[in-house]
Amino acid sequence: MSYKAKFRVWRGEGGEGKLEDFTVEVNEGEVVLDIIHRLQATQAPDLAVRWNCKAGKCGSCSMEINGKPRLGCMTRMSTFEEDETITVTPMRTFPVIKDLVTDVSFNYDKARQIPSFTPPADVKPGEYRMKQVDVERSQEFRKCIECFMCNNVCHVIRDHDENKPNFAGPRFLMRIAELDMHPYDVADRKDIAQDEHGLGYCNITKCCTEVCPEHIKITDNALIPMKERVVDRRYDPLVWLGNKIFKRSDSKTR
Amino acid sequence: MTQTTAESTARRQRAQLKVRTLRTDRWWLAPAVTFAALAAFLVYGFWAIFDSSYFVEPYIAPFSSPCLTTACPEGARLFGWAPVGDWFPLPPGILILGLPAGFRLTCYYYRKSYYRSFWLSPPACAVGEPHKKYTGETRLPLIIQNVHRYFFYAAILIAAVLSYDAVLAFRNHEGEWGHMGLGTLILVVNAVLIVAYTLSCHSCRHITAGRLNHFSRHPMRYRMWMFVSKLNAKHQQLAWVSMFSVMIADLYVRLVAKTVITDITFF
Repeated sequence: MSYKAKFRVWRGEGGEGKLEDFTVEVNEGEVVLDIIHRLQATQAPDLAVRWNCKAGKCGSCSMEINGKPRLGCMTRMSTFEEDETITVTPMRTFPVIKDLVTDVSFNYDKARQIPSFTPPADVKPGEYRMKQVDVERSQEFRKCIECFMCNNVCHVIRDHDENKPNFAGPRFLMRIAELDMHPYDVADRKDIAQDEHGLGYCNITKCCTEVCPEHIKITDNALIPMKERVVDRRYDPLVWLGNKIFKRSDSKTR
Repeated sequence: MTQTTAESTARRQRAQLKVRTLRTDRWWLAPAVTFAALAAFLVYGFWAIFDSSYFVEPYIAPFSSPCLTTACPEGARLFGWAPVGDWFPLPPGILILGLPAGFRLTCYYYRKSYYRSFWLSPPACAVGEPHKKYTGETRLPLIIQNVHRYFFYAAILIAAVLSYDAVLAFRNHEGEWGHMGLGTLILVVNAVLIVAYTLSCHSCRHITAGRLNHFSRHPMRYRMWMFVSKLNAKHQQLAWVSMFSVMIADLYVRLVAKTVITDITFF
């Protein structure tokens, strides 16, 4: 059964623009991205939207639907009332290129700043032997589809643009945690997490976890454990003393 | 002077939506309820700590346990001790208040709840916060939140004391064992919830095995981590339920001590 839905969509280039109203047909089983495509096909051929897989796996169609960061392809129209006006805007934390398409290069810059996987010098590719229990934690973080909705919703940079140089955002702090927990990674990641990527800015309000389409427990399983590892390194005199007495270098060896 | 940095230019390139949020749901409800509940807890705690009706055989109010001064009635003292003596003039509960309060204040869940509901940073996801500047937990005073694990160690002791109090509540007014009243049930339930909340702590999860990279080399610690992780998934719920349970248990004992209500004896 189809009906006419009321849509308000952000139109404009750069930061300038406005919300434009549309009335558009909706059919049973459709998602918001389908309706955006119908708008392109029938009323606004120059409407810009980034999309790819339409299956919630590529992370391209991140947008804000009624103010909430969502994937357009995974947001069913049946979750809205038929007489509801649905507002669709680009991700608010990143600069707008056109309409719903944002420039997410901030994220790629941050990704490049994180030292890559660093195995021990005496272990060569093909010689890695890991037990499943040792890599399970890191594997949860590998589900990330890089939709960047966690970085978009994080108030540290969403409300404070000036923090962007000092804060990598939940996505990349999770990447640091993933590598720090890896049984074969020997790089020191605790100090850079705190000093260079702004782990201390995180006040664990869990919005990253709330918006994650892959349901990764970013805060509980990555950010808080990473904060605790930083406490081991920087703020806990007992751990420091224990390391001295028992001549432990780091949790890396344990 | 108008800022003309590169950052402020970038800020202008974002969609210039002039509203704090476009959310249409009742996003304000959760922080408002949290604010009311936490404020009620603070008000109750402030009253309770100065209230002197904290003991009636065999029950001791959780907010005043362990009772460590000579001002405490004989039966209220932990193992009959009064290590602080008689120099402390204020209500004895104040001596230990800082430990459970510090544990909850620095708890990763409570931080979320009061950062959202009291400090509005942010009040809800994708809702603009009112502050011009934000440094989070990178500097004083909030960097002190990193002492959470030390409060966890103290909270383990407090949870043990409350469990001991609950065991002692299986006596009657004459100190004979094998009796149980409604107060006993309330104290036991409270002790179980406090222990569960304490063990579900993120610092506990880290200490058991979270800090390790090779679980397979530490199977016992891994099993403990698995257990704590299951509890940790319910940390938010346990934080709320244990907060209300300690408040209810404390109030019940005080009302019985004031003879406002009479304890129901089961056997």
